Amino acid sequence: MRVLLAVFAYGLRRYSTYRWATAASVVVNSVFGVINALVLLAVFETRPQINGYTAADAVTQVFLAQAFIGVTAIFGPPLELGERIRDGQVAMDLMRPVGFVRWWLATDLGRAAFNVLARSVPTFAVGVVLFDLALPAEPLRWVAVLVALVLAALVGFGLRYLYALAGFWLLDTRGVDAVAWLLGPFCSGMILPLVLFPDAVAAILRTLPWAALVQVPAEILLGRTVLPGGTLGGLAYQAAWAAALLVLGTVLTARATRRVVVQGG
Amino acid sequence: MADTVVVPYFRLAWAWCRALAQYPVSLTLLTLAQLGTTTVELAALFFVFGHVDALAGFTLHEALLIYGLTGTAFCLADLLMGSTERLGEHVRKGGFDVMLVRPVSPLVQLATDGFSPRRLGKLVPGLVALVVALGVLEISWTPGRMAMVPVLVVSGAVICCSLWVIGACMQFFIAEARELSNAITYGGYALSEYPLAIYGRDIVRAVTFVVPLAFVSWQPALYLLGRPDPLGMWPWLRYASPVVAVLLCAVAALTWRVGLRHYRSTGS
Repeated sequence: MRVLLAVFAYGLRRYSTYRWATAASVVVNSVFGVINALVLLAVFETRPQINGYTAADAVTQVFLAQAFIGVTAIFGPPLELGERIRDGQVAMDLMRPVGFVRWWLATDLGRAAFNVLARSVPTFAVGVVLFDLALPAEPLRWVAVLVALVLAALVGFGLRYLYALAGFWLLDTRGVDAVAWLLGPFCSGMILPLVLFPDAVAAILRTLPWAALVQVPAEILLGRTVLPGGTLGGLAYQAAWAAALLVLGTVLTARATRRVVVQGG
Repeated sequence: MADTVVVPYFRLAWAWCRALAQYPVSLTLLTLAQLGTTTVELAALFFVFGHVDALAGFTLHEALLIYGLTGTAFCLADLLMGSTERLGEHVRKGGFDVMLVRPVSPLVQLATDGFSPRRLGKLVPGLVALVVALGVLEISWTPGRMAMVPVLVVSGAVICCSLWVIGACMQFFIAEARELSNAITYGGYALSEYPLAIYGRDIVRAVTFVVPLAFVSWQPALYLLGRPDPLGMWPWLRYASPVVAVLLCAVAALTWRVGLRHYRSTGS
């Protein structure tokens, strides 16, 4: 456990060295937040309510989505694991006396933790300053949002771990990544809240893991969870996907390592 | 110009195309993925118009025209000049020094480095939207309007190419500014996908006079549709796209020169 904490801290410190890049990301996320928010405000101008969402709800989801980009890495970056499988350095990772999945999880949660502080908070703050967001008054809901944030980071890792793991079979994961960075933002409610999707499409997307990255956390923040059990149901949905992805990742790791061949002389 | 810029550009780009064609499956899949990225944006536009009849007074077909002009211009620029955004990486790794000693313009080398025909995939939805919109909309076609369509598309693409170069030049000063230049390029793309009137007067003024995104699709669309400007800006602005393209191109060239002069190698 101490090792994993050290790895976590190392991940956090490593990303904190790229200060300008982080500041730039906040600017980019905020710019996109403002653009998406203004588009949605124009949509809600003619219709005060769409599928239970008001304009303020939609704008709140936009900024939550932008704040979650860094944490969940929904647009990338991929785990370095994929690249290390390709060039053979994964052999080193496999020799470590620490569980393989746990090692990568600890590094990535370090990255996510840094992103919460340096990207999520300022980006969301921009939204709070510029727009009327629908923010909960009761402190308990904020706690639920924090839990949802952690679970979203776990789901984000679970998905990216599987994408990277595909490298054991495909060697080059760039194709998988390209498809992933395309599906993730669309299916999660990042590009457009799922409530604005046609009902049938939204119903399908609400059963997939990506919804746990943005749509469900946003509904937890808004207190509008459509899942049975309300907020707890939403958290349970995220937790179930996080667990399923991590278990699948562990099982597949065991299979993959049996077939790994490291090239080189 | 042709000998020093156009010919080397196509030669270098073609070399990259041939290299990528060595992995045909990968190239096809990545092209399809690129096609997907813009297709989902177009899908989002349709989903939005599933709830409303008009955005800021613009119908689905009119919005499609704007999306088509934006998508075509930006994706053409991304294809031709998108690689310039990796300038910071080249500076950091020292690769830019190598470009400076080669007998081809460094800008051409930068723009063609990693040239990727898969970006053509991105272009498809915008182009389809543009053609469909021009077909369904009842535009009062005159010979002048017809001749203006390609001029407007090229002007839009030139404006976007210039923005890409200006964005890249920021990385001469801040090597990690790639994301900042993305705010202008991809942010500009996201912004001008929709009728600009929805953003309100202040933002439209900014994207008319500061970062001239309004001339990529908004003013050209007003011209083609023959609509008055809902924000009451000068009516002659809709004819200005070609002029703005030339001016911005000059600004981009100047920025590149200033950036190049400022460039100091990363050292050991």
